[in-house]
Amino acid sequence: MAVEVEKAPPAGSFVTVIQPSKGWARLGLKELWQYRELLYFLTWKNVLIRYKQAVLGVAWAVLNPIITMVVFTLIFNKGLHVKAPYGVPYPVFSYTGLLPWNLFAGSLSAAGMSLVGNSNLITKVYFPRLVIPSSAVLGTLPDFLLSFVALVVLMIIYGVVPTWHVVFLPFFVLLALVTAMGVSLWLSALYVLYRDVQYIIPFMVQLWMFLSPVIYPLSAIPPGWKLVVYSLNPMTGVIGGFRWALLGEQAPNGYFWISTAATVVVFVGGLYYFRRMERVFADLV
Amino acid sequence: MSTVITVEGLGKRYMIGAAQQRAKTLRDAITNAATAPARRLRHAGSSTGHVSHMWALRDVGFEVESGQVLGVIGRNGAGKSTLLKILTRITQPTEGRATIHGRVGSLLEVGTGFHQELSGRENIYLNGAILGMTRTEINRKFDDIVEFSEIAEFLDTPVKRYSTGMYVRLAFAVAAHLEPEILLVDEVLSVGDVAFQRKCLGQMNQIAGSGRTVFLVSHNMGAVRGLCTRVIEIEEGHLVADGPTEEVVNAYVAGQLASGGSILHLPRPLGIAEELLITAVRVTDETGNTEGPFHSSQPITIEMDVDVARKNGAYQVGFDLLSAEGLVLRTWHTDGPPDDWPRLGVGHNTLRCTLPSGILNEGGYAVVPRADVYRSHWIVNGDESVWFDVVKDHLESPFSWVRNPGPVAPLFDWRLADDGFGEAAPRSKRKAAAESPSPPTPPR
Repeated sequence: MAVEVEKAPPAGSFVTVIQPSKGWARLGLKELWQYRELLYFLTWKNVLIRYKQAVLGVAWAVLNPIITMVVFTLIFNKGLHVKAPYGVPYPVFSYTGLLPWNLFAGSLSAAGMSLVGNSNLITKVYFPRLVIPSSAVLGTLPDFLLSFVALVVLMIIYGVVPTWHVVFLPFFVLLALVTAMGVSLWLSALYVLYRDVQYIIPFMVQLWMFLSPVIYPLSAIPPGWKLVVYSLNPMTGVIGGFRWALLGEQAPNGYFWISTAATVVVFVGGLYYFRRMERVFADLV
Repeated sequence: MSTVITVEGLGKRYMIGAAQQRAKTLRDAITNAATAPARRLRHAGSSTGHVSHMWALRDVGFEVESGQVLGVIGRNGAGKSTLLKILTRITQPTEGRATIHGRVGSLLEVGTGFHQELSGRENIYLNGAILGMTRTEINRKFDDIVEFSEIAEFLDTPVKRYSTGMYVRLAFAVAAHLEPEILLVDEVLSVGDVAFQRKCLGQMNQIAGSGRTVFLVSHNMGAVRGLCTRVIEIEEGHLVADGPTEEVVNAYVAGQLASGGSILHLPRPLGIAEELLITAVRVTDETGNTEGPFHSSQPITIEMDVDVARKNGAYQVGFDLLSAEGLVLRTWHTDGPPDDWPRLGVGHNTLRCTLPSGILNEGGYAVVPRADVYRSHWIVNGDESVWFDVVKDHLESPFSWVRNPGPVAPLFDWRLADDGFGEAAPRSKRKAAAESPSPPTPPR
């Protein structure tokens, strides 16, 4: 029953220096790359657990946006007469907005809690802590892909043909992930310090949706300074870009670049803030 | 031999007291920020203000050569675990530095990252990745891990349906197949059944024998003696001893006995308030002596006050009897057949354990109270001890006036093989009558 233990490789091939770090830490992206398999396994675990515990399992990934879309259509389209531009059927219009929105909202809820939820890992094993919120954000991708399949079906039913812009879609998916990641980094690190964050997230997600062009079209915002302020919301650009790629609605011009700049600021700021707080996670979590 | 771990002036400071309850809610943070200027005025001149610090570790320096098996001992709260947490990079030091040459693996707690809903197979991959193995590495060792853990037929069952024993075996099996150049271990050997513990020790011996460096933090002096080639002792955050195993362990145990004298009270209740607390441990003899020294010719009673908050049939309460050599005799109130177990009811209980006369040796002993939920988790895991002194007076031989080597000094039955009782018979009979338990008298 003996287990073969291989001869240890010569020491010195791998040197770790442990000392207090001061001020703004470096991002350590190279180390994150070394731990990509852990990222893969934790993402896989997040997905597996979500589906294992639910009775309808994978079906929720599609049911959730479909039901929301039906409710939106009944209330906002039929009830309040919100119209989709360019003659796009409202169900398809709202569904294309819900896709990136659910990716974003799902990431925030999962990643925001992720550090505290994984406190048993953080206090027991070392690995770059960025892996934890990253895996929570990436764990929303399978849901996204499934609900995207439903979108294709929906577009066929309503006879909506995508424009050639659709080739840019992967870029906007990436942008959605980066935006979700940026906000998640802030929230997850703040949650370690302030437990209020768990009450703020659901509330914030709800309000944020009304400030993003999910239910109504971007054209509902009057141009000028109001649109500029509105575009400071990183999700404006993501959803706008998404709709442009799929439905050909409103080209990503000025508003889009303001929004993307906001995303970059939130993301890079989040990375540095996370890395700075990382050193005290194990002591506080 | 090359140096694989160099630690220089390592220190870790924690904030305690007011600062420990640091802003946990946003409201506190806001009120803190708002009142900060006023507070600063009030505390003008005092550099620390209301913040107090505690050095969990200070000025610790040592080197470890490749292939060494280093034991780290010290009382609870001495800083051993903090040192390990710094070396595994879980927490950052406040000052000093440590340089490590080689890949580090750690076993701070077996089963880290196990998820109840996932199957054994899935958990092997997940846990392996968390411990730093690559997918190809796990694939290569998968069969070995399964074989080691003895759970082959339950591989695809969620681990929430596993017994605690199976769970622990699987968890340790994954960890034991890490192939780091330096292995850092903290007290993993306190779980599982005896046979499995032996297997784990064997596995560790193999790792130690293969030229890897092992860093073992333990309370188990037996494991330290058995595995380590060198031992360092940490007390109150400082390195106080560093040397060959026997030397350091013996000095440590002797020091604990000497400093303890006969401390017969626990400084605080031990345990988990929601489950079970050990509130007091008393040592007495038949004459009502509670101060010691006690006489080995009389039975000695260990009384433990146990407050039970939640009923659980799997509680085990007991203690380790630690001799001057650091050898341990462990006893549980559940050692006998189940029908004879004293029943612990919700509320206050006093358990009484009687050590028969004619067992203990001359010198100091420690009673280290323990409690656990069988095969689940520790409630009290060697956190405190009470000490008492024994005068060995049950051996009536004029030759037996010094302390016998060994943790206990029982009287065994001696006679010549050819003529049965011979001349010694009357004496031996008298002793047998005087003592309990009496040695069986074979029929003539």
